[in-house]
Amino acid sequence: MSDQSHRSVQGGRIDRSRPLGFTFDGKRYEGYAGDTLASALLANGVHLVGRSFKYHRPRGIMTAGSDEPNALIQLRSGDRTEPNIRATQIELYDGLVAESQNRWPSLRFDIGGINNLLSRYFPAGFYYKTFMWPPSAWMKYEHVIRRAAGLGKAPKAPDPDIYSKTYAHCDVLVVGAGPAGIVAALAAGAAGARVILADEQAELGGSLLATGEPVDGKPAGDWLSEALAALARMPEVRLLPRTTAFGYYDHNYLTLMERVADHLAAPPPHAPRQRLWRVRAKQVVLATGAIERPLVFADNDRPGIMMASAAATYARRYGALPGRRAVLLTNNDSGYRAALDLAAAGTTVAAIIDLRPEADPELSAEARQRGIELLPGHAIVGTTGDLRVDGVTAMPLTESGVGGTARVLACDLVLNAGGWTPSVHLFSQSRGKLAWNDSIGAFVPNISAQAERSAGACRGSFSLAACIAEGHAAGAAAAADCGFVSGLGAAEPPPSPAAEDPSAEPLRQMWIVPSTLPVGHHGKHFVDFQNDVTAADVRLAHREGYRSVEHLKRYTTMGMGTDQGKTSNINALGIMAEAQGRAVPEVGHTTFRPPYTPSSIGSFAGEDHGDLLDPIRRTPIHGWHEGVSAPFENVGQWRRAWYYPRPGESMHDAVNREARAVRTTVGIVDASTLGKIDIQGPDTIKLLNMVYTNAFTKLEIGRCRYGLMCGEDGMVFDDGVTTRLDEHHFLMSTTTGNAARVLGWLENWLQCEWPDMKVYCTSVTEQWATVAINGPLARRLLGELTTDIPLDNAAFPFMSLREGTVAGIPARVFRISFTGDLSYEVNVPASYGLALWQALVTAGEKYQLVTYGTETMHVLRAERGFVIVGQETDGTTTPQDLGMDWIVSKQKPDFFGKRAFSRPDTARGDRKHLVGLLTENPSEVIPEGGQIVAVLKDKPPMDMIGHVTSSYFSPNVGRSIAMAVVKNGRNRMGDTVFIPLVDRTIKAKVTEPKFFDPEGKRIDG
Amino acid sequence: MMLIDCPFCGPRAELEFTCGGESHIARPVDQAAMSDAEWADYLFMRKNPKGLQYERWNHARGCRRWFNVARDTVTHRISKVYKMGEQP
Repeated sequence: MSDQSHRSVQGGRIDRSRPLGFTFDGKRYEGYAGDTLASALLANGVHLVGRSFKYHRPRGIMTAGSDEPNALIQLRSGDRTEPNIRATQIELYDGLVAESQNRWPSLRFDIGGINNLLSRYFPAGFYYKTFMWPPSAWMKYEHVIRRAAGLGKAPKAPDPDIYSKTYAHCDVLVVGAGPAGIVAALAAGAAGARVILADEQAELGGSLLATGEPVDGKPAGDWLSEALAALARMPEVRLLPRTTAFGYYDHNYLTLMERVADHLAAPPPHAPRQRLWRVRAKQVVLATGAIERPLVFADNDRPGIMMASAAATYARRYGALPGRRAVLLTNNDSGYRAALDLAAAGTTVAAIIDLRPEADPELSAEARQRGIELLPGHAIVGTTGDLRVDGVTAMPLTESGVGGTARVLACDLVLNAGGWTPSVHLFSQSRGKLAWNDSIGAFVPNISAQAERSAGACRGSFSLAACIAEGHAAGAAAAADCGFVSGLGAAEPPPSPAAEDPSAEPLRQMWIVPSTLPVGHHGKHFVDFQNDVTAADVRLAHREGYRSVEHLKRYTTMGMGTDQGKTSNINALGIMAEAQGRAVPEVGHTTFRPPYTPSSIGSFAGEDHGDLLDPIRRTPIHGWHEGVSAPFENVGQWRRAWYYPRPGESMHDAVNREARAVRTTVGIVDASTLGKIDIQGPDTIKLLNMVYTNAFTKLEIGRCRYGLMCGEDGMVFDDGVTTRLDEHHFLMSTTTGNAARVLGWLENWLQCEWPDMKVYCTSVTEQWATVAINGPLARRLLGELTTDIPLDNAAFPFMSLREGTVAGIPARVFRISFTGDLSYEVNVPASYGLALWQALVTAGEKYQLVTYGTETMHVLRAERGFVIVGQETDGTTTPQDLGMDWIVSKQKPDFFGKRAFSRPDTARGDRKHLVGLLTENPSEVIPEGGQIVAVLKDKPPMDMIGHVTSSYFSPNVGRSIAMAVVKNGRNRMGDTVFIPLVDRTIKAKVTEPKFFDPEGKRIDG
Repeated sequence: MMLIDCPFCGPRAELEFTCGGESHIARPVDQAAMSDAEWADYLFMRKNPKGLQYERWNHARGCRRWFNVARDTVTHRISKVYKMGEQP
């Protein structure tokens, strides 16, 4: 076990009474409760944690938060392993297992480091330039590139954890619990508003967790404890630590990711690992803080070079000293404070190298007092050290670059302080307009697009006093906009706590810190550390004509890593603008898109996977089908029995047996899934005449009529039978998959176009169970089970309805047929469905009754050439294409589709027509979807004239049968066509799509 | 995700609704008299403005009623919801 060599003697918010063991790359270390993996590694003197994406350069921990570009870790092992997790956000737990990524065979010695030596051959756009010739070789290149690139490894087994999703509503959502956010929540909460305060860190407090500045005359930590206690006492305030607001959508809808159990080795039983919050807020206060920006100097990426504020945070908050001897490179005052913090914690600060000729006099004096050498007007022109920085070279800045005496400074830590970039990600996602603020060298929120306010550092106000003042004002105003105004019974918001506002000298923005040689000729000036994009790459992209920032981004992959360029975007824009001789705001910025930080897909799925992904609809007879081990077919959300195999039977055997039996004896099929819409009202006939192509005016009570439904464009979209139950009462049936769509179609027209029509539609699909009895013996079987329904053809003709009892159950019996054989469809209340089925099975035994499934149903209807909407049709099919002109009324003045049928394209005679196909070899079944050609060539391409829509072996015809849509098909009767397949070509003859009982003589039994 | 104020149910999340596109398109009565171009215009052509649009929405996973929404297609600001048959 290591000895935490870089842990300070005292101080920090870690719990030194709770040591925790963990391993990194197999080596055991110790940290404390309250550590992150990053702080614990630093406390053990470990900086080197990974290799960079492209050049495999050694990389260290650079930041202390979610902006981390380098320290990406493979966390945990086995099924729970997760790649690319930021060490700076991993809370330490006992037994934590972490590994570095993108290195082989080891982190310290990585073969891929050769890429760094060859880096001149890997410029921006390298892939696009190198791997494009010959074009056919890309597939091979890609295989190798994909293996060489990429960082961590995905787990191989399914995720063992559960995830949860929840909705929440609030008056004021405050994002970020730094000083501005906490004060905003206090102000809004005190006014009586329902507040949610979310922060991505485990501990609320933001910069207050590490600052040495006092608040309200108290140490910041004490003030923070009191403020959090006050918030916890407010019943309408909900605190969400470990929760990242990662998306800001329309109408103040925000998505938050709560890491419920990521700080534990495994989630407690039944607890989710993460929870996705979907919050609708009346008002939003963004207090998302700012990200410190690196200066782009030569070889600025060595382990041990880190953001100044991050180093101070590790020292103050975690008691972890990132180095013994530090050098600061800064362009603004905040770097001085970080250096002074580190010096106070025990690190020797050798020098402060300031790009500015002058700094704040007070800070300069304080630094000198600490024995820190000041080098104003200087730059770092290079760094040394392989796996850890061991020195920097400083030179005075001149008008044209650098010049004069170089100073070599030994150090094991370089603090990089290039100013602060407000975190405007969420503001920008909310469509707010940004404005360039030249004094801080960054974009700030300008015009809000939603009910939202930014406060504190995220709007460019970096001092503690400004953060507190703005947070207070934003919280109070947000509450007031929700109606919580002081004086209306709610408590007065407390006065804003006080903090000092130190004076500050302006920063000096140099997008590239000059070196002794031009950029690209000596050392690497990294801009995007995660994707290895350098200042030279940005300039190259500019020279090659990539002028738009969006093009720059895609060409160089700048900002496209998992950190989305949090530390690098502004620098890239600055370098780009400089190259173009324009100002940054003229160049513009890339679009900010969710998520703010990577979010697990598991949390988006939540509980919606496996059995809970989609509802399953089962008929009342489902259990019986299961009992005889029938396989099921999915039809929309319905499960339908597919066929009923007997022992030893294949599907083919079973379907042949079922299909033969229905034509010779009797069969029953569970048709409960057919859509059923109960339509009532005096204007129903009017509606039916509009939605169906044929006329319904003369439909008598007790009679049924088949109809086709078309859209206004004349294309078939559903079919079914409608029965007149009474003068103003009808039952419409629809195809199984289209029931909801048809109901929506009817309601759409009734509500929007004909609100005066008195028609009421109700879905009754689930209220009725339907069993269709088909076959020559159907009448005899049904006759055994009913006494009050006369079944002879005269009393109960085809296409009519009789009501009575079947097997003692109240029933509606329809004489409609989807097989072409004598058929009765018996509808009973759903709860009687199983009883009806069982009664039919029992009574049918002596008639050799078969139960048959959807496959046999399809074969039987195809034998007769009955179409299935969605199988023979595809949204470009008219009734005429199907050869169903007979169902299109010539008399009706108006119906959906009528006008469309006279358009030139729908009226032409050589459209794709529905035809039958008979293969030359009668036992060969054409694959459905097979493409049809009239002229066969040696190899593709060939002119395709249509495709096979339905294809089966028909035991009743004694051969294979198929239906197809073929260009000008009705004029090709008798022609031979070809279906070329990969391994063979099928020859077939075009016929009428009627294969069995073409005259329809069997319908009356 | 927008918050849409259903005139029958009150404010609900957008995922409860389906959008029916541009509103106030009356179905032509004398279609036989229309040229193919006029017919195609009714059937296919929509305004697709950048800015204020009047459109139909259906509370499909709620009361199933259709109504009109005046929405800015750029900002998604909803300036008015009103029932079928009413004017904006």
